[in-house]
Amino acid sequence: MSLSPNERGRYEVNSPIIELKNITKEFSGVKALKGVSLTVYPGSVHALVGENGAGKSTLMKILTGAYSKTSGEILYNGKSIENMDPKNSKKIGIHCIYQELNVANYLTVAENVFLGSQPVNSMGLINWKQMNEKAKEVFASLQINLDPKHVAKNISIAQKQMIEIARAITQEAKILIMDEPTSSLSERETEILLSLVTELKNKGVSILYISHRMDEIFRVCDTVTVLRDGTHIKTLPMSEVQNVDQLVELMVNRKMDDYFNKIEVPIGETVLKVQNLSKTGVLKDINFELRSGEILGIAGLVGAGRTEIAQALFGLLKKDTGEILIDNQLTKINNPSDAIKLGIGFVTENRKETGLVLKQTVRDNISLPNLKKFTKSLLVNKKAEKKVSEDYKQKLNIKARTIEQTVSTLSGGNQQKAIIARWMIQEPRILILDEPCRGVDVGAKAEIFAQISHLAKQGVGIIMISSELSEIVGMSDRAIVMREGVIAGELSKDMITSDNILKLAFGGGISA
Amino acid sequence: MLNNTSTNLNINQNKQTTNWKQKLYVIFDKGSTTIGLALLFIIMSIITTDFLTVDNLLNVMRQSAVLCIMAVAMTFIIITGGIDLSAGSQLAVSGVVVSGLIVAGVPIPLAILITVLIGGMIGLFMGTVISTQNIPPFIVTLAMTTILSGIAFVYTEGTPVVITDAVFRQIGRGYLGPIPTAIIIMIIVAVIGHILLSHTRFGRYVYTIGDNEEAARLCGINVKWVKTGVYAFGGAITAIAGIVLASRLSSGSPNAGTGSELDAIAAVVLGGTNLFGGEGKITGTLMGVAIISILNNGLNLLNVSSYNQLMIKGVVILLAVWLNSIKARKKASV
Repeated sequence: MSLSPNERGRYEVNSPIIELKNITKEFSGVKALKGVSLTVYPGSVHALVGENGAGKSTLMKILTGAYSKTSGEILYNGKSIENMDPKNSKKIGIHCIYQELNVANYLTVAENVFLGSQPVNSMGLINWKQMNEKAKEVFASLQINLDPKHVAKNISIAQKQMIEIARAITQEAKILIMDEPTSSLSERETEILLSLVTELKNKGVSILYISHRMDEIFRVCDTVTVLRDGTHIKTLPMSEVQNVDQLVELMVNRKMDDYFNKIEVPIGETVLKVQNLSKTGVLKDINFELRSGEILGIAGLVGAGRTEIAQALFGLLKKDTGEILIDNQLTKINNPSDAIKLGIGFVTENRKETGLVLKQTVRDNISLPNLKKFTKSLLVNKKAEKKVSEDYKQKLNIKARTIEQTVSTLSGGNQQKAIIARWMIQEPRILILDEPCRGVDVGAKAEIFAQISHLAKQGVGIIMISSELSEIVGMSDRAIVMREGVIAGELSKDMITSDNILKLAFGGGISA
Repeated sequence: MLNNTSTNLNINQNKQTTNWKQKLYVIFDKGSTTIGLALLFIIMSIITTDFLTVDNLLNVMRQSAVLCIMAVAMTFIIITGGIDLSAGSQLAVSGVVVSGLIVAGVPIPLAILITVLIGGMIGLFMGTVISTQNIPPFIVTLAMTTILSGIAFVYTEGTPVVITDAVFRQIGRGYLGPIPTAIIIMIIVAVIGHILLSHTRFGRYVYTIGDNEEAARLCGINVKWVKTGVYAFGGAITAIAGIVLASRLSSGSPNAGTGSELDAIAAVVLGGTNLFGGEGKITGTLMGVAIISILNNGLNLLNVSSYNQLMIKGVVILLAVWLNSIKARKKASV
């Protein structure tokens, strides 16, 4: 039992519905959570904030049973729950609305609400009338304006989200986890969602609200917990939080530049020149240069056109207009093979989807684009292939028992190193890295950045796309900031600060 | 409310069963096909008197030649994540084409060459449609099955083309020294298949495409070419199987080979090739072929009626695919 404020600011005796105590989670030796505790009260909105990789998602996945905890305790209404599997989690009434919405597009709105629990008549057939009426009732009680008979395919993302909320309500959810619920909503839709959150709270539902948007947190949340690097930093009632800065300070890790191994190298000739590159609705009039030995950071919000620049350079996105010059020679890049021949390498942001060949070995993954180098009279010379792979395993400190280990069993950082090795063997002139350290632990991060610096030292021109401001600040010689498909601004070395990047990314001016 | 003691108990039990299951899994993952083949071999040797004789074993091998050659082609296709349901009809088409050519007086080597080229063209066509139009291989090859079957019937007007040429009949029936010619052809095809798959860039790309097509594309691999190449190669190899079959039957029949694509697919899957692509080996396929052929032969020796044989074979295939899916699930959860 403890004293907690309710939504009207009054204090009353209230016992927590769920308590996480000292939760630790390890992934093959790497600690993602280090003794995190979280207490949630009924009928309250609890915000969970922290930088990318702080452990928010991991913690939520332990609540939903997707991951099992390494140690710690979970209490539901004061009772300890040992095996929190997805089934138990659902039974307790924990529901999660992920960023990726779980809606069947070709079913009606009502069917989606009652997915898996459609009301039936005495014959065992679906009772459409009852289902539609029930859906209408739920919508009315939540003040949602949605026709149950519509096909889900034609409704907006915001409305799909409402379907999920309604589904949680019909299944009597007691704890609703919302992961960045407003990330893809318009301003007006966000308003509706926020009022819905308040509505749910008044019905006694507890909401765990994960968001990067501070204004929303101030508006709807009662309590806030700050996580950083897998540790619990602080839990505060929102009434005690004075301003956004106070929260941000708690979130940001001040000792961040430890793992950047930026080496200052002389910057050489221009290797790449992009002129007036445009693609309708995606990129508009992009102009920039890259010199050998230079690390060019590309910052901006997700969806601002950063990855699309890389795709255009690598022949994955057909440009409408514009030129790409390499060594002042006009180029024609229609597919990745053209780009590779011109000396461009590309480490994509989704390691598993577009980078790795998961069923194959570390050796296979390292040598994949390089097999031509090992081919003698039609046959692949496995000896040469093994030697080179082994060399790069050592060079990049890829932690695997042998190069014949299946790549899927490696940690994210080591998988990423294997992909970087793949392109290093190509000896590229230009290497594009899209979110090179996403989902990579701190140790591997330092090693990857050291390799990037090392490549720059050898004269490779590097384009590094990142959502982590600290990475751009720590590594770049120059940075461009994207906003809605255009270059919002270019920052020279001494101008690259988190402040300036954010201002450009959000559409403000910069101060010198 | 949740009962703590009972949930604790459950966990312990779960742990034990997982360990036990994992051990079993490791055994059948490493050598399920070998174990299955060895068991079948031993059982057949014991319960029949005629199985374990040189004559019978050579006979089993000779009869498995057509299936084996088809299965080599099918292995490539399945590793890319595809399937070829038209292989049986391709067998019929190449059989009637080669018979027709020989009856028309075309010299045997030329007739064989033309037939293999036509097989390659059929594969090339399917491969092109599959890789450039993004139609699933299942659909394309299924449609091709009826097209090819129709062609074979129209070409022969429904009656088998009988071959009287004694030299041609040697391909499927003759001997080179003590060894049946069909077995020699089978071995050559298997060796070529193995080298192509395991020791060339093309082969390595086949695996990569079956596992992660997008990653392959981003590494500069021309995915469309490799895929098309696999079907073209498959078509040419299947034509060889059709020629061997026609020679053994001394005729090209539009009905020959009907349903044999399923045996080939079964052999490939029995041999440990992942039906979803990315994994597989020619050596595994050879064992899969051996299992099916020994099963056929043994059931014949045991005088099991052909209808019952169908059922038994179906159960074996289902079992194999089930094991394969357990493997895939296990791998996915690692």
